[in-house]
Amino acid sequence: MSHIVGIDLGTTNSLVGYVDGHGVPRVIPDGEGHALLPSVVAYTHAGVLVGEAARRQLARQPTRTVYSVKRLMGRGFADVEGELEHLPFEVVPAAEIVRIRVDGREVTPPEVSAQILRALKQRAEAALGEKIEQAVVTVPAYFNDSQRQATKDAGRIAGLDVVRIVNEPTAASLAYGLQRRAQGLIAVFDLGGGTFDISILRVKDGVFEVLATNGNTHLGGDDFDQSLVAWLLEDIRAQHGVDLARDPEARQELRLAAEAAKCRLSFEERTHLAIPFEGFVYRRDVTRAEVEARIAPLVEATLGPCRMALKDAGLTREQIDDVVLVGGSTRVPLVRRRVEELFGRMPHSQLNPDEVVALGAAVQAHILAGGITDMLLLDVTPLSLGIETLGGIVSVLIPRNTTIPTMAKEQFTTSVDGQTVVDMHVLQGERELARDNRSLARFDLRGIDPMPAGMPKIEVTFLIDANGILQVHAKELRTGKEATIEVRPTYGLTEAEVERMVEESFEHAEADVSARLLIEARTEAETVANHVERALTQGAHLAEPGELERIRAALAALRAAQAGEDRALIHERITDVNKATERMAEAMMDAALKGALGSRRADRILESS
Amino acid sequence: MATDDYFTVFGLPRKLAVDEEALRRRFYELSRAHHPDFHQGASEAAQAAALARSALVNRAYRALRDPIARVEYLIALEEGRDTREGAEARPKAPRDLLEEMLEVQEALEEARSGGLDEGARERLRAERERLAARKRAEEEALSGRAGEWDAALDAGGDRTALLGWFKERLATRAYLRTVIDDLNEALGEEQDQHVSHRRH
Repeated sequence: MSHIVGIDLGTTNSLVGYVDGHGVPRVIPDGEGHALLPSVVAYTHAGVLVGEAARRQLARQPTRTVYSVKRLMGRGFADVEGELEHLPFEVVPAAEIVRIRVDGREVTPPEVSAQILRALKQRAEAALGEKIEQAVVTVPAYFNDSQRQATKDAGRIAGLDVVRIVNEPTAASLAYGLQRRAQGLIAVFDLGGGTFDISILRVKDGVFEVLATNGNTHLGGDDFDQSLVAWLLEDIRAQHGVDLARDPEARQELRLAAEAAKCRLSFEERTHLAIPFEGFVYRRDVTRAEVEARIAPLVEATLGPCRMALKDAGLTREQIDDVVLVGGSTRVPLVRRRVEELFGRMPHSQLNPDEVVALGAAVQAHILAGGITDMLLLDVTPLSLGIETLGGIVSVLIPRNTTIPTMAKEQFTTSVDGQTVVDMHVLQGERELARDNRSLARFDLRGIDPMPAGMPKIEVTFLIDANGILQVHAKELRTGKEATIEVRPTYGLTEAEVERMVEESFEHAEADVSARLLIEARTEAETVANHVERALTQGAHLAEPGELERIRAALAALRAAQAGEDRALIHERITDVNKATERMAEAMMDAALKGALGSRRADRILESS
Repeated sequence: MATDDYFTVFGLPRKLAVDEEALRRRFYELSRAHHPDFHQGASEAAQAAALARSALVNRAYRALRDPIARVEYLIALEEGRDTREGAEARPKAPRDLLEEMLEVQEALEEARSGGLDEGARERLRAERERLAARKRAEEEALSGRAGEWDAALDAGGDRTALLGWFKERLATRAYLRTVIDDLNEALGEEQDQHVSHRRH
């Protein structure tokens, strides 16, 4: 039997895992041993790149390189409008779902995510030596119906049957549960690249019962980075009199540098930034305290949802036995401190916070495959589901934090004689007025026999399945006839659109793997060659006799190979160039380091004077 | 099967006294039997049946695990109403309570139209505390007479009057809850977004 894999489709990184023959969940690394696949897709002239190869294009081809696409899943243009200034790629203004214009065409977020899923699928197929067709994919617990549906669509486009959507904090608790056999009341605090979830669970005798969940699908490490970029842009303006806000390449350089500095500051108190821009190098020391001051309001924003989740679970913080940290952003010391203060206990994170969700997804996949029978997961729906009634008021059918699957029935009738269609508007959210909630879809009930007003009795069943996705069925009670339902998703793809994308993806799945590997090799060659060419102009004075000639020869050979079709040859030539430049690269690094140290020393002198 | 009432789903008599720990154990057992996770390989019809059964088990547990929700469900069941869990349109307030609340409502109106000085806030807070205490008293009264229901059921006695009394208490409690929510909103002190439905 072929494996069902577990996939963590993250904002920043994605992973794939499976449960091995000994019942141990494992993440699957790529050929070079990397478990994390950067969730980046570059639509270059030469073709589509995914992962690390695409990540390297972020600052090089910012308008063609899509990152953090998870934040756009299942969203409308109006939802993300405020964020567009941070995104270097072009988001197309449209009434319904977000579309991105890259390389002269428009792609939807599910299609971009499908590229990531396909890369993971291929990775798993290579590692396990079999065709992979089914996957469990994780989503933030606070994802609404549209966002979940978009994730399922992405799977289909990638040729994967998404047999289950699992909530990330719940998946993490499964991984922990398997490992530690933890019992009691557990709070899972999950702060990732783009989303935040808090889930409260009761874990007992192999049953993982989610009591309440809350969160924010637009709060994560990305927001930390954005606030740091805004701060650095201002500082650059003050120091150098240059405004880089409208320069996409510079912004990306800055974002990547800010992200790296943020990560270093989780382990150090102080770090140094040195970012080369057109005509100047921006240098400055950054302290942890400075970063914390910038991100404090964002960290604060995680606490409200935690209190609400506790309240919905009917618990006080003293009753929580364990607090588990998940997601890369929980490495930030300020986050740990705030969580510790809120729950009054030390949170723990024994499992790698980057991998724990993928491991949990693998466990859930194994449960579905029948490999584990003593673990049971009972999750909840994060948002109340309702329908719009007279006056734009929402009538709640299924309250938030109801264990899923669940269902509610509602009767509808006609208001005009001979009416044959009844429409209804389904929403998710906690507000009283329809317009303040998330519109999921409009449903038309068709094929009602013409009768006097009020005579037909149409019973509509709203069922939220174990994926947290809504299914709607309708029946005319007098005749017992199933009514036809036409669904118009507010922020989603129609069935026909998904079908078309699935077909297209098959067509484009051209000698897929080898074509992609060749593109990657060429892009890598381009990057290396450009880098060396730049270094030659800057560091020529550091060269030993004959060294420059050797480097130029290796470079020419690389350029020649790059134009050809032989992937192995390209890699060989890259290795040659790297060898030829090894000594000089070190010499340049030394010189740069000395320069950096020198300038820092100078800073200190200025400070102390 | 789909017409099973929630008590039947859990194999319980229609009584208000429920051992909540035993209920939870039974809930886990039923979930292990019916949850879609364990029917993944089954035929489409069997999967759909498991899904429906699992949804029923979840709804039943939600209604029975909470003492107040349990009374609400019982009343609906006794009256033969098709129930829907959750607060519907604002419940009709008992008449005497309505008059008593006139003052609070006026203060709320004022708050909504903008002006709330510290003195008014203080009064509203005090009012909120008083109403919360009263709501707790209603809940205790409900639990206090739950045993009478169970005894009457065993004895086969007439339970109509008691049912009416439960309904009144529930209506009063629901009204109090709405006013407390409104007060919270007006004071802007609860961090929640305003929700039209709350857990009991």
